[in-house]
Amino acid sequence: MARVVVDVMLKPEILDPQGQAVQRALPRLGFEGISDVRQGKRFELEVEGPVDRAALARVRELAETFLANTVIEDFTVRVEEAAGAPDPAASGTAAEGAVA
Amino acid sequence: MTTRIGVVTFPGSLDDRDAQRAIRIAGAEPVPLWHRDRDLHQVDAVVLPGGFSYGDYLRCGAIARFSPVMEPLVEQAKAGMPVLGICNGFQVLCESHLLPGALTRNDHLHFLCRDQRLAVENADTAWTSDYTAGQEITVPLKNGEGGYVADERTLDALEAEGRVVFRYLGGNPNGSRRDIAGITNEAGNVVGLMPHPEHAVETLTGPTTDGLGFFTSVLKNLVTA
Repeated sequence: MARVVVDVMLKPEILDPQGQAVQRALPRLGFEGISDVRQGKRFELEVEGPVDRAALARVRELAETFLANTVIEDFTVRVEEAAGAPDPAASGTAAEGAVA
Repeated sequence: MTTRIGVVTFPGSLDDRDAQRAIRIAGAEPVPLWHRDRDLHQVDAVVLPGGFSYGDYLRCGAIARFSPVMEPLVEQAKAGMPVLGICNGFQVLCESHLLPGALTRNDHLHFLCRDQRLAVENADTAWTSDYTAGQEITVPLKNGEGGYVADERTLDALEAEGRVVFRYLGGNPNGSRRDIAGITNEAGNVVGLMPHPEHAVETLTGPTTDGLGFFTSVLKNLVTA
């Protein structure tokens, strides 16, 4: 079982009032220096079988037809390495967790 | 033979009964359609009503678009059957690519519920022929994601081809590009708008009866067709 992550973000030219509301709240909370916030969606797909080129093509297809509305949103597809693998991105995530 | 106009009920539809009522008041026979129906029961036109189909999960209208009933609906809409999408129904039509563009979160983030003045810009569609171009109408508006967006090229094309059917008057309520409240497809049989004409068909419950014209328009067009 492998995890494929689909990130969906509003296109840069589309107004993101939710992100703006979050950004405007930050100084009130004492967090200075954040000039912009954009809010998006993250989908974690547990894929059965090997995540080969064909499987990724299927995920891209479902992202394009369903998870994202490409009129207003962009999306990216990436394979997330299994936990414990010596992957720098994965260990970075673990380190952030430890700090929190 | 009476004209039969279908009204689709999705899980989470709210205004299906009001749409049926408006159809009846206009003199046609409302036919309830279920989201799982695989055929349209020989209706002459279809209304996709307002509400929160599938809880607005993922995006408004995104899951309803893949309902079984949408397959024959999209096919017949492309063949010329009149289809009206109101509010959530408009969102479903955009997600189905029967209409261009998309509806996004209101720019002020609030759910807005008020009587809304509109200008009828195109009185030649299947659903607006009982109005006159330039006429002003008032019907309720109630949504949280009513901001109409499309890229500049699409907006220019909509304007050039007269496919902007309704524009907001008295201030833009949600950040819609170019004050667009409703649009139509190239053939003029598919119309979508965020405001609710089906809530303005009786003086007892509506601010006006301005919305009735949608349903009398399509009835006349179907009878004379």
